Amino acid sequence: MFGMFRRKPAVNEAERHATATQLQLTWWRFRRHKLAMVSLVVVALFYLIAIGADFLATTDPHATDARTSYIAPQGIHWFDDDGSLRPHVYGIKGVRDLKTFKVVYTIDPSRKVYIEFFGRGYSYSFLGMETDRHLMVLKDPQRGEGIYLLGTDLLGRDLFSRLVVATRVSLTIGLIGVSLSLFLGVLLGGVSAVYGGIVDTVIQRAIEVIRSMPTIPLWLGLAAALPNDWSVMQVYFAITIIISLLAWTDLARVVRGKFLALREEDFVLAAELAGASQGRIIFHHMLPSFASHIIAAVSLALPAMIISETSLSFLGLGLRPPAISWGILLQDAQNIQTLALAPWLLVAAVPVILVILAFNFLGDGLRDAADPYG
Amino acid sequence: MIAFITRRLLLGLFTLFLISVLSFLIIQLPPGDFVDAYIAQLAASGSAVSAAEAEGLRQLYGLGQPFYVQYWKWISRILVGDFGESMEWRRPVTEVIGDRIWLTLLLSFAALVITWGLALPIGIFSAVRQYSFADYAFTLVGFIGIAVPNFLLALIVMYLAFRFFGASVGGLFSAEMALAPWSVEKVWDLIKHLPLPAIILALGGTAQLIRIMRANLLDELRRPYVVTARAKGLSERRTILKYPVRAALNPFASNIAYLFPYLVSGSIIVSIVLGLPTVGPLLVKALIAQDMFLAGTIVLLLGVMTVIGTFISDLVLMWVEPRLRHQMD
Repeated sequence: MFGMFRRKPAVNEAERHATATQLQLTWWRFRRHKLAMVSLVVVALFYLIAIGADFLATTDPHATDARTSYIAPQGIHWFDDDGSLRPHVYGIKGVRDLKTFKVVYTIDPSRKVYIEFFGRGYSYSFLGMETDRHLMVLKDPQRGEGIYLLGTDLLGRDLFSRLVVATRVSLTIGLIGVSLSLFLGVLLGGVSAVYGGIVDTVIQRAIEVIRSMPTIPLWLGLAAALPNDWSVMQVYFAITIIISLLAWTDLARVVRGKFLALREEDFVLAAELAGASQGRIIFHHMLPSFASHIIAAVSLALPAMIISETSLSFLGLGLRPPAISWGILLQDAQNIQTLALAPWLLVAAVPVILVILAFNFLGDGLRDAADPYG
Repeated sequence: MIAFITRRLLLGLFTLFLISVLSFLIIQLPPGDFVDAYIAQLAASGSAVSAAEAEGLRQLYGLGQPFYVQYWKWISRILVGDFGESMEWRRPVTEVIGDRIWLTLLLSFAALVITWGLALPIGIFSAVRQYSFADYAFTLVGFIGIAVPNFLLALIVMYLAFRFFGASVGGLFSAEMALAPWSVEKVWDLIKHLPLPAIILALGGTAQLIRIMRANLLDELRRPYVVTARAKGLSERRTILKYPVRAALNPFASNIAYLFPYLVSGSIIVSIVLGLPTVGPLLVKALIAQDMFLAGTIVLLLGVMTVIGTFISDLVLMWVEPRLRHQMD
């Protein structure tokens, strides 16, 4: 009965385009960009990993054990000797070195430790719930045994578990930092464009001054001043603020540029003539039409944030252990002696590079798609 | 044009002022006054300071007085060349920094030259031969340059060199030259060691500039005046280099002013990974040891360096790009 009133599905392409909203148009254009779509999936996967980090971790990322120092990456053996599907890893055994009389721990292929899916491991809280379920744990392991997918570090901590937990810290720092920058950028860029005159001049000069300063020494100086007795959380937020204080300038420039360009558009004039208030013109008419530009700028600003945090932590002036971030993991890989001994420590570089690439492609795709009428 | 230079100069001076305030803030930030820290450090190394001497130090630095008074005392001593004393090294800051600031400048400048030298021709080439194999290859290298932060690149290059050539790639001098006084051989040694760190430092900026140059030039090449020039029988080289390239340089040019601070910034962290004798490793060590005069001075000197560098690159740009002068007036 109601069928006759329903609009026929997409009569023609042109009509569909004429009635679509700005964001719909952007999305349609974006979807055609293959590389950007792939990047979107990669970024989404990374954030999923960040959310489920503790669930994915196979061992407690903080648990140290001298026996498991620098164990090389171990694969999972999926099939048992009789060909049945029983995933397992090899155990470790201590062998006395006859020269030094020290006990050295190595992989023992004669001992199999079976993997249990959705088993119990260390407990953590997920969305406010206390739980100890993990994707993969070992069925009654002996001390020091674990699933060392990416090997272990000097203190015998499992690198894979540390890497997934680090993903959460590094990605959220980027996100929070970029939100702060976005707030400052939209506020100051908008104010600069709307008020013009002396306000505009002051803000523009300020942006030029900030951009012409060497940022790393300043970050380092400010970060070094954070008191030693601050908690991990306090340092985390302080570092985020320090990074975003110097990073809002690009966003402010984008916002101001768009504002100035849109102000000349006919639809803004039409809204003005129709008697719309300034607030309504800005938030109802102008903001939606450059929202996609802002999203693009944000996605291009995120990698810079992530690099900043990684660099600071890498130098030992950002987050501090026991916090785990990509920069902190890379700190262990800082000198060539360590790398020669345990090259797998460099694996923390892989997610950094992947995420930065993905955000760059994503940002490019978004920027191209942000001009749906172009 | 005079107006433009004056404005740039004033802005540079203002930036310098802000950087000096920030540097002083960095010196001030650690809790407690730094004379306490200084005295504690002296006591730890075995020399006691009497109460009268401590009071003298406090007077000298104007401690207990408002921030601007302390800042004024600090900056006016700096203007006559007294940067204070490094607490960790127990020597004047200028002596500790020594050649390092010039090596930092040299490294950043070399990276700047490499960035320009590579980005311009590659950008032009990629645009003119769009979608050719070389264009794709350069795009790929460009993306690596953007995606791999330069300290990671340094780390990876160092590891690969060690793994496959058994060679250490760090440093700006060979071992026997590091402590030798300056001589022709030492300069030659430096020249041999400079390219690798400079390229590592330059890659990120180069990649970005290539992309900007390529995109700008592609826009220009589609314009009717290019067709006209071709139709009139201009040689291909002249058609491209004479007009579209110069037009495409304009937005490219405005980005260059921010390249130098970016490179100086990057040199710090690359130096630490590669163990280069620039101010980078010294700054981080000073900050970790809370050797604040040394740290503050390094931040200040780096700031001065970038401001001067940016000003010079502005002047160079105005010289090569006449339209910029009119645009800026």
